Amino acid sequence: MARSMCWHCQSEMAGEYFCERCVKVQPVSKDLDYFTCMGFPRRLTIDPRQLETKFYELSRAFHPDFFQNKSAEEQTISLGNSAMLNTAYRTLRDPIQRAEYLLDLEAGAVKDIRTSPPADLFEEILKLQDTLDEYRAADRASSTATTLCAKLQAERTTLERRQQDMETALQQLFTQWDALQDRGEVTDQTRAERDRILKQMRGILSNRTYVKNIVNDLVATIS
Amino acid sequence: MTMARIVGIDLGTTNSLVAYMDKGTPRVIAGRNERNMVPSVVAMTDNGLIVGDPAKEHLTRNPARTVYSVKRFMGKSLEDVQGELTYFPYTLTEQGGVIRFKLGEKTYSPPQISAMILKELKHRAETHLGESITKAVITVPAYFNDSQRQATKDAGMIAGLEVLRIINEPTAASLAYGLQQKTQGTIAVYDLGGGTFDISILKLKNGIFEVLATNGDTHLGGDDFDRLIADLFLEEIRERHGLDLHAYPDHMQAVRLEAERTKIRLSDVLKTTATLDLPDGKGRFTRELTRDQIESMTMGLIERTLAPCRKALKDAELTPDRIDEVVLVGGSTRMPLVRQRVQELFGKIPHCELNPDEVVALGAAVQADILSGGTTDMLLLDVTPLSLGIETMGGVMSSVIRRNTTIPAGAKEMFTTYVDGQTGVDIHILQGERELAKDNRSLARFRLKVPPLPAGVPRIEVTFLIDANGILNVLAKDMRTGQSQSIEVKPSYGLSDSEVEQMIEDSFKFAADDVSARKLIEARLDAGAMITTTEKSLLDGGHLIASDNIATTRTALAALATAKDGTDPRAIRARMADLEQAAKPLTVALLNDSLTKGLQGKKVSEVT
Repeated sequence: MARSMCWHCQSEMAGEYFCERCVKVQPVSKDLDYFTCMGFPRRLTIDPRQLETKFYELSRAFHPDFFQNKSAEEQTISLGNSAMLNTAYRTLRDPIQRAEYLLDLEAGAVKDIRTSPPADLFEEILKLQDTLDEYRAADRASSTATTLCAKLQAERTTLERRQQDMETALQQLFTQWDALQDRGEVTDQTRAERDRILKQMRGILSNRTYVKNIVNDLVATIS
Repeated sequence: MTMARIVGIDLGTTNSLVAYMDKGTPRVIAGRNERNMVPSVVAMTDNGLIVGDPAKEHLTRNPARTVYSVKRFMGKSLEDVQGELTYFPYTLTEQGGVIRFKLGEKTYSPPQISAMILKELKHRAETHLGESITKAVITVPAYFNDSQRQATKDAGMIAGLEVLRIINEPTAASLAYGLQQKTQGTIAVYDLGGGTFDISILKLKNGIFEVLATNGDTHLGGDDFDRLIADLFLEEIRERHGLDLHAYPDHMQAVRLEAERTKIRLSDVLKTTATLDLPDGKGRFTRELTRDQIESMTMGLIERTLAPCRKALKDAELTPDRIDEVVLVGGSTRMPLVRQRVQELFGKIPHCELNPDEVVALGAAVQADILSGGTTDMLLLDVTPLSLGIETMGGVMSSVIRRNTTIPAGAKEMFTTYVDGQTGVDIHILQGERELAKDNRSLARFRLKVPPLPAGVPRIEVTFLIDANGILNVLAKDMRTGQSQSIEVKPSYGLSDSEVEQMIEDSFKFAADDVSARKLIEARLDAGAMITTTEKSLLDGGHLIASDNIATTRTALAALATAKDGTDPRAIRARMADLEQAAKPLTVALLNDSLTKGLQGKKVSEVT
């Protein structure tokens, strides 16, 4: 899946990453997405063992260790390919990064997603911020602090349950996405379905980060 | 195709070793004295520089001109080591952000001192193997930053060695263990050496050694244990004999060495007596010490190694019970309390079948064999120990490549301008885990050249690439024109290329028998420069010449690159001549092109 002509012998490329005629390594095209590079379809459920096996296999093909005796060009390609492979593996290995990457590919500009609080929790989070400020200002030994701390503990439980719910919802969307892709039809209905899944995923991912930051802050404050 | 032999070198704080692969088995090369270790000590005597065991004798005889523990100064500025200067008997100065040792009339940078140790090892290998050695794999602590790695590479170059790979000590040790035991599973390597501490967690599967996380402290090792014991002796000598030995550098060294010996003895016995001769006819100081006593003194230091272990586990997303094996590396792991604490943390008896002093060098030899094409079934996938970032508005560090990312690792960042007509963007590269830029290690600064345009219009893509050595390379590309820009990165705490070259030259003044190696290095340097220039010309002017001319040039380039990897300076010069010939159409085309461009926009009358 590299470019169509070997950079070295200029022959038509039939092999995947190595020219079949002169056996030179080929640069992985910049346009290749991580899924394709690792030989996986654009699905959100990936067997981690299969992914690891592929990562190890490609590492053995690309790693600079095996290009010490080769030309400078091949060494440069090996370095670039290895760096790209490592990024691809790191991205696809983590379910959240994988989903964010897929969103980026399918809908673009994921980096621009602002983290935002879940709409229904907005008021509660505002109140929580106040409680946090109060607690930080309070004398730790006082009874006020004890009350506030108990309140914060309760908030923590609520938010952690919410995190759980979001993980479950994400998992469901992942399954829905994969099923839709597996069906492979393109109709107005599937297009609408696709857009709905992506939109919901984006929403949850942005809320998820927000809630995660709040929980981290909370835990750090009361511990 | 296999290439010239590559040796594996463990350049340690206290001792250094060289090993090679002998028919599938890594072996350490012993010196004439039958000892495997070369003490990392360099002495400037009236008869010139001496290294290793004979230099060690000068520690007490001529302390001001005898350097030990040079590794603690690699890639550091004077400010970095301010706190421990009183412990060292030699005079330190600084020049261009790099420490210099003043030995007699001359000053030497840490890479130059290290190079002397490397030369001794090189010589030892050449004597044993009966061939010229020009290539090496050198190990560094996993937690070494970019400047420290670069300094190690510089040391190799100054010693006339092409450093094909810098590898991390704990991972090297895992290679030696993996080769021997064909281990599978998750292992933790706890490496406490003379001056540094590392912990690495690896996953071993079908010959792949994948590092999951690494952590450490580059300023914690056996030296620190010795200091605590030495301080105890000094205090008691003052009390009992009214003597402050700080005024006697030779005796200070004797105290340090006796503290080290006492510590070593107490790993085998429960009780021992330290003995020191005092100056000014004050007789002799003796002190009985028990293992319990030094354990309670050094407990704090051992505890300091456990926090990095926990951090590494956290980064690897593992709990201690998920670790299948624990391996001990480094001389300091001979201390029973260290073993006990490690065993308690991981809940299993650590491995120490391989000599902890030698296992790193053995692993370096295995990696050398992988690079030379001998061992093909093993592959090490290491990580970068520290996050790499750039300083952004408000002095905050913005992370570009996170710590524990598998190397080679690359990341791209886009830069633009804030003011109309701005012609440069200053970039400050940092390494570390802190929020604020000033709390992290400054690696380098450089200025990105930008065409004068309205603010926000230029788009310069900067690629940060950490290679398999853990060393950073930076490339910039103007996205509007597609032109690549070479970046002059000025290291904040390192030697510049020209300084290294000067030091290479200087190093040959010490040894007359190295003339041929010098020719080789010069030929390689010239060849490297020629390759870079020709590649740039191809990039700039490739479109100006016929495709068969491009092909011929590329072939000649490749031939030169191969020759540069070889050891024959004459072959390199010959291939350089070939390339010059092959690239002639390109050179001529570029000249004509620039001439034509220069003429454009001029009136005919001005041309004549």
